Amino acid sequence: MKFFTAVGRSTLELLGEVGRLSIFTADAVTSFIRPPIYWSLVGTQMMRIGFFSLPVVGLTAFFTGAVLALQIYIGTARYGAEQFVPTVVLIGILRELGPVIAGLMVAGRVSAAIAAELGTMRVTEQIDALTTLATRPVKYLVVPRLMAALVSMPLLVAVADAIGVLGGYVAATKSLGFTGSIYLNTTMNDLNGNDVMSGLIKAVVFGFLIALMGSYNGFNSKGGAQGVGAATTNAVVSASILILVANYILTNIFNILNF
Amino acid sequence: MESAASVTDDDGAKIVIKGVKKRFGPKVVLDGLDLTVPRGQSLVVIGGSGTGKSVTIKCVLGILKPDAGQILVDGQDTAKLRGRARDAYLRKFGMLFQGAALFDSMPVWENVAFGLIQGRGVGRKKARDIAYEKLTKVGLGADVGGLYPSELSGGMQKRVGLARAIAADPEIIFFDEPTTGLDPIMSDVINNLIVDTVRGTGTTTLSITHDLVSARKIADRIAMLYKGKIIWEGPTAEIDHSGNPYVGQFIHGRAEGPIKMEVRG
Ligand SMILES: Nc1ncnc2c1ncn2[C@@H]1O[C@H](COP(=O)(O)OP(=O)(O)OP(=O)(O)O)[C@@H](O)[C@H]1O
Ligand SMILES: [Mg+2]
Repeated sequence: MKFFTAVGRSTLELLGEVGRLSIFTADAVTSFIRPPIYWSLVGTQMMRIGFFSLPVVGLTAFFTGAVLALQIYIGTARYGAEQFVPTVVLIGILRELGPVIAGLMVAGRVSAAIAAELGTMRVTEQIDALTTLATRPVKYLVVPRLMAALVSMPLLVAVADAIGVLGGYVAATKSLGFTGSIYLNTTMNDLNGNDVMSGLIKAVVFGFLIALMGSYNGFNSKGGAQGVGAATTNAVVSASILILVANYILTNIFNILNF
Repeated sequence: MESAASVTDDDGAKIVIKGVKKRFGPKVVLDGLDLTVPRGQSLVVIGGSGTGKSVTIKCVLGILKPDAGQILVDGQDTAKLRGRARDAYLRKFGMLFQGAALFDSMPVWENVAFGLIQGRGVGRKKARDIAYEKLTKVGLGADVGGLYPSELSGGMQKRVGLARAIAADPEIIFFDEPTTGLDPIMSDVINNLIVDTVRGTGTTTLSITHDLVSARKIADRIAMLYKGKIIWEGPTAEIDHSGNPYVGQFIHGRAEGPIKMEVRG
């Protein structure tokens, strides 16, 4: 009996959570279009979310591209098909690893930062104070972060794509004996708009999830320092999981659409 | 829309709280609270720690949703307010939070000017001038304006919170423990400031305090909250002969009496 009670209770809690998240999302999205929009805050957040994520995204993309080239070489060399390394690296980076690696890194950096900041504002009543100063907290705090993430993520992923391919190029020419000009030519010839676009569409979705999870968990944090800590952890974990799930779903959709 | 009944019933009342209930999980905090704040007057709510004084104010502001009951401000039912109507409603209020709740990401003057700039569309330069003028009123010099809240003492933060609450000259101001954490002299300065803010300006205030010296000075009327209800309410002068044993115990600060503190060992 205890078991069923426990299962029932956690199911109800999960449903409640999904409901609250849906309401929060609807509130945030509808606040998007209605003025006022705090453009200067959008600018600040773009610096924090986008610009300052460049180093970590660039570094991870570089090494991911490099290791991808090394592994694909092992697979293709068995069949004497090493000449496909540049193409497979390119598609792997553009369609999957560029957006996913950038998404996960930014989730770690930005979801955590948003949740910690908004969570602290929640527990110190700064969010309530906004309300009493006739400013809607969702508009002032959440919308600028969402907007900034939606714009920053595709830009970051574009950079990650370029650096990831560069990583593959460096590994292939330094360790695998590829000729630089041939590697580059193959890459350029196989560069395809759909591969790029599908990665960028993923980036937009991931950006939304990152800012949403950070904001939602921050907004709903309870208690003191411990509550803010829990909110931060939840933000990173939920954003990361949602990114991987969304990635799988999007890849499936793109495959079905032949995109 | 105002019903005819509410106009006559609540004539002269700025805020009417009727039968408000609020619980957190199993813990009942407000249990049918009735309270009226007369227009242009200063009402002080006293009561033990954790009796729901701050919760009451948050219900009026809509930060917390009451489980039952009705709150009318200027005869308008606040539960039905959405969107722009709610924005306009909130512009009537100024609020000093118990813990000051200053925005730690911006300097002091921007904290004070925030409601003017963001909530009311006042230009930055004008808002800045008003902010410095209000800071002077609460006894803080121009040098404080550029500091961040984390660089201030607790008492200074409280005064910045006070300046922020009065910055837009709102119709209604809530002061949640305005003198807690201030030295006796600064407390008196703040008491005078609250009195000046109210007298002659038509501002309605609802203050919460444990400080009876302050209560006697700033209140036109005093109400006492106990176990989720108002157990006594009357003019300030009558507090000393209320004939209510709970009030008597509270104002004399006696551990013995009908109010049993829930001290768990
Ligand atoms: N957001 C909340 N979630 C859960 N419980 C809450 C919340 N806010 C207040 N409470 C509970 O409601 C009760 C009343 O709180 P409130 O802050 O109104 O007390 P108070 O009368 O202002 O006390 P004090 O004089 O110490 O400030 C407390 O027991 C508190 O634990
Ligand atoms: Mg309180």
